[in-house]
Amino acid sequence: MAVVELSNVGKRYPGAESLAVEDFNLTSEDGEFVVLVGPSGCGKTTTMRMIAGLEEHTEGAIKIGGRDVTGVAPKDRDIAMVFQSYALYPHMTVRDNMAFSLKLKKYAKSDIKKRVDDAAAVLGIEPLLDRKPRALSGGQRQRVALGRAIVRQPQVFLMDEPLSNLDAKLRVDMRAEIVKLHRKLGVTTFYVTHDQTEAMTMGQRIAVMKDGLVQQIDSPNTLYQHPANLFVAGFIGTPSMNFLTAEVSDNGQALSGPDFQLATDGPRRSVLADHGQTQVWAGIRPEHLHLSDSESADNRMQGQVEVVEPLGAMTMIQVLIGDTRVTAQIKPHQMVAMGDTVTLGCPSDKLYLFDKDSEMTLHGIDIGQSDAH
Amino acid sequence: MATRAIRSTVKTRQRQLGKASQGMISFLLIGPAVVYLFVWMLVPLAMTIYYSFRNYNLIRPTFTGWAGIANYANVLADPDFLSAFINTLVLVVASLILTILFGLFFAVLYNNEHVFGRNILRTFAASPFFIMPVVTGLIWSNLMMNPSFGLLAALWRGLGLVPIDFLAQFPMPSLVGIVTWQWTPFAMLVLLASLSGVPEDLKEAAGLDGAGAWKTFRHIVLPQLGRPLYAVVMLESIFFLVIFGQIYVTTSGGPGTATTNLPYYIYLQAFSAYNIGAASAGAIFAVILANIVAIFLVRMIYSNIQEEA
Ligand SMILES: Nc1ncnc2c1ncn2[C@@H]1O[C@H](COP(=O)(O)OP(=O)(O)O)[C@@H](O)[C@H]1O
Ligand SMILES: [Mg+2]
Repeated sequence: MAVVELSNVGKRYPGAESLAVEDFNLTSEDGEFVVLVGPSGCGKTTTMRMIAGLEEHTEGAIKIGGRDVTGVAPKDRDIAMVFQSYALYPHMTVRDNMAFSLKLKKYAKSDIKKRVDDAAAVLGIEPLLDRKPRALSGGQRQRVALGRAIVRQPQVFLMDEPLSNLDAKLRVDMRAEIVKLHRKLGVTTFYVTHDQTEAMTMGQRIAVMKDGLVQQIDSPNTLYQHPANLFVAGFIGTPSMNFLTAEVSDNGQALSGPDFQLATDGPRRSVLADHGQTQVWAGIRPEHLHLSDSESADNRMQGQVEVVEPLGAMTMIQVLIGDTRVTAQIKPHQMVAMGDTVTLGCPSDKLYLFDKDSEMTLHGIDIGQSDAH
Repeated sequence: MATRAIRSTVKTRQRQLGKASQGMISFLLIGPAVVYLFVWMLVPLAMTIYYSFRNYNLIRPTFTGWAGIANYANVLADPDFLSAFINTLVLVVASLILTILFGLFFAVLYNNEHVFGRNILRTFAASPFFIMPVVTGLIWSNLMMNPSFGLLAALWRGLGLVPIDFLAQFPMPSLVGIVTWQWTPFAMLVLLASLSGVPEDLKEAAGLDGAGAWKTFRHIVLPQLGRPLYAVVMLESIFFLVIFGQIYVTTSGGPGTATTNLPYYIYLQAFSAYNIGAASAGAIFAVILANIVAIFLVRMIYSNIQEEA
């Protein structure tokens, strides 16, 4: 178990013009479960590979357990990695796959057997120990890959999209299982995913990345409630937050645009007044929108329903407000049909505000934790 | 009911007919290849077996009739045959080992992306394989190993040493060297293709598991090469068993019988001693040897693959 410390870490691939990862700063706690999340190509894998030593970092410093690992080979970093492809050795049985690292370290035969058996018991793969990877299902291979990582009792686990090759149901199960495993072993874990649901459900802390740059590192709740910028706000939460370009009028009393008019609450009013710009991004999460009758509400948006998606427990509708498609989550019994004109309302204290140009969150806003529904 | 029964029998007929005509088509498609193999393999084999039991000597046309096992007995009693047999084994085994070792070495070398100019080097390294055996022999006996004009002689003289007449002093090692030079590229190309097919993440996983370069190669990469190695060994042993051209133009089987292998022995029996009967008996022994080698190799390598895959 160890603290992983990344300071100003950057990576420039040979021949590449820009940095694949830039100025990455993160210090894990001992035994923490850190998730790196972001869209494809944002540099998650590169970051993991730099921690593992499979790629050299070209900028900054990486410390593992207090030791600067610059120039230290992967095999000497005491790190175990679970690959997206599992990378199981195809010519070895499951037992040999798991025992490989221990054999290299010249552990006694009885020790190896005990450790492999223990790990297999934890993961429930005892019946598979004599099989070759080829004779395993995707989920079983996944477990073996985890088993190979845990028998070594390394200082740090790295997992690069380990669940992305599994079907949806299995993914949900494995998600919980990995979290359970982490809690049991307490080993510092870095986990990469492009799936924000996975990140939110698993991470103790989440680093949201975009184009090689860390956007925000925070707990899942903080990311959801206080996104640092428009990108994080849109990336965290499903369906994504809706963004509308809004004119600020009456010194921050109201935000308006084509087909919508939003009243602000006290804190937002002062933030907008301080900000002083005439245009801002207004962000509203689908779960904070509701159908309202047009007469009574201050906050309302009016438009035609373009898509209706009944999901059973709730219904998602997409409404064209001005020329923006706004997604709203409504109750399943509320009958809405395509082509209907509806009015949506939103509590003033659920409004997110971002600078029009920099797309940074306007500070001082608190989004109440209580749910609107 | 009745109509249905009739209809079903009609259908069955059609199906049977379909099956028959399918068999016909298969036969027509495979037929030519079968006929070809039959004519070009079984007929000569049958003729060889036939002649091996006949008295048939081109310079004794009156000496005919059945020979019984005399040809076989004579061949077995011939000390030259025994040495040819041993020479064949030495040539095949030594060349196999060397081509695979060198082939593996160059494959690993040219598979490494840090090797500068590896694409060009690879092309050069592959070129000996595309030279005809006779030309290979001539290149080595005249350009390289000739004790007066050869490149190696010049090199030796340059070092102040007395040039070596390789083909006379070390005939078998020289021949093995020539064959190795020609066939290393084959092993290299096959292994290179397989090496580049070994997934990068397997090697990375091994590295994280604590394996250095050598252990990764030994425990992860090499086992993946089981099948290609098997193919190389099979094909090379088939070709090494019938090496003739290189011997013909370099040593003519000599000095003495030092480089006479079975094909060359058979050639000498047939076209030097004009004893077709004895040559045929020798050929039958060669066929038996080839089969033993093939079965032995298949067994050995198959069990290896079973173990590893
Ligand atoms: N080996 C490489 N050589 C050059 N560029 C690379 C290499 N690997 C990744 N990149 C680039 O670095 C960026 C980040 O890639 P990566 O870390 O794989 O992203 P992610 O895992 O988040 O999808 C991408 O723009 C990608 O094209
Ligand atoms: Mg990736």
